[in-house]
Amino acid sequence: MTDLTMVVELEDKPGQLIKVLEPISRLGGNIISITHRRDEITPLGRIPVRIALQIDESKIDKLIEEIERRGIIVRSYNRVRHAVTLSLLLIGHVIHTDLRDTVDAIDKTGFAEVVEMKIIMPELNKPSTAFIKLSAINEEKLKESVGILKEICKSKGIEVIEPL
Amino acid sequence: MNIVIIGFGSVGRGVTRVLIEKKKFLRNFLGDYKVIAVTDSSGGIYDENGLDLRKVLEMKSKGGLPKEITSIEVIRDLDFDVCIEVTPTNVENGEPGLTHIRECLKKGVDVVTSNKGPLVVAFRELMNLAKKNNARLMFEATVGGAMPVIKLAKIDLAGNEILSVRGILNGTCNYILSRMEKELLPYELILEEAKELGIAERDPTYDVEGIDAGAKLVIIANALMGLDAKFKDVERVGISNLTPEAFKVALENGYTIRLIAEANRDFLRVSPRLVPLNHPLAIYGTLNALEIETNLAGNVFVIGKGAGSVETASAIISDLICLKSLRY
Repeated sequence: MTDLTMVVELEDKPGQLIKVLEPISRLGGNIISITHRRDEITPLGRIPVRIALQIDESKIDKLIEEIERRGIIVRSYNRVRHAVTLSLLLIGHVIHTDLRDTVDAIDKTGFAEVVEMKIIMPELNKPSTAFIKLSAINEEKLKESVGILKEICKSKGIEVIEPL
Repeated sequence: MNIVIIGFGSVGRGVTRVLIEKKKFLRNFLGDYKVIAVTDSSGGIYDENGLDLRKVLEMKSKGGLPKEITSIEVIRDLDFDVCIEVTPTNVENGEPGLTHIRECLKKGVDVVTSNKGPLVVAFRELMNLAKKNNARLMFEATVGGAMPVIKLAKIDLAGNEILSVRGILNGTCNYILSRMEKELLPYELILEEAKELGIAERDPTYDVEGIDAGAKLVIIANALMGLDAKFKDVERVGISNLTPEAFKVALENGYTIRLIAEANRDFLRVSPRLVPLNHPLAIYGTLNALEIETNLAGNVFVIGKGAGSVETASAIISDLICLKSLRY
């Protein structure tokens, strides 16, 4: 199940919310919360409503389509990543050893990704330093992704400096 | 209390100086004490009525101790209460300290040591030997110099289970890393500076490759956490590959880098780590620090001088006083 938040704009009259809830229910979604933002009423008098729910990833597109087909404006929707992050340093010939490949190995796990990276190259052929921020869906997966990174870096002769 | 001092390098002489200079004060805790033998690797001197320690220090500075007696002869043939074993550390085979300590414990004689080697090589064996012979082996001075670690955990935190420890156990590395952080200069340059100041040895391998910190970590893990770890169990990375750029980019993101020794149920590791600048382990200069995670008291943090002749003597004296209170 994917955590999803969406903001829809509803006309201020009875029978509107059900147009959003019905498709969610029919596609097996589980509603976490519904918040009416009456203080953010739009110039055309519509009320933004924020809905948090869990739904099967494969049904998200269908859900948005169904809601819009009922004449509801879906202002935005986002998959929520309950991300935990950590920073580490890589020291060595980061570029020469194919940085892309190192980053890809993390990204293709599906549960972790490299969300930030800074590289400093002092001189040609001198070891460079990369500051990397890793993000994963939970602590356990974060630990696992650090393990993967360490393994790759070990084979490439790159030193990994982990946080405390 | 009859004492023998085996090993007369910087630590042995530091202890001797304290035993001379603080005699009146220490008598309050130790009662009457005398040192009846002092030996080092090339000589030894003894007097069963008590040596004049000032003269012994003078002999040592003027060419060495006389060759009256060897360390082994002292241990086997003389009658004494406590052996202060302060010979140099060898983490490969523990010698010569291992033999000295074994022989003392077999006789049922208490030992106070600053020598990491024997404890790294044969921690459990020595502890069992001590128990079997109703002797005590005290080793506060092996880890963290003057910083209280062993007795802190054993006495003050008694009843707590120690879940993990992590800290800075090598002052030389910490000096180099804090200087690299401040100056953003290359490792080699700061190492030279540390050598000139006498903070790093001419051959700095033992410190900068994390061997010293690893040895201390093994002792702490075994003593505090009840493990039976050996030196080879320590995953170890030194500090020589660290670059000024690494510090620069770390600082920009709110971190510094320190050589951290860490032990828990899963691993023992000495390696450079990113430490948040506001974390208590982001310490400067030659200081040592240790964070002890306990099950009852939560986290306990100590910081202090990790090396130095008088500082190490402080740990040895505190062990002597502890023995005295347990024994007599």
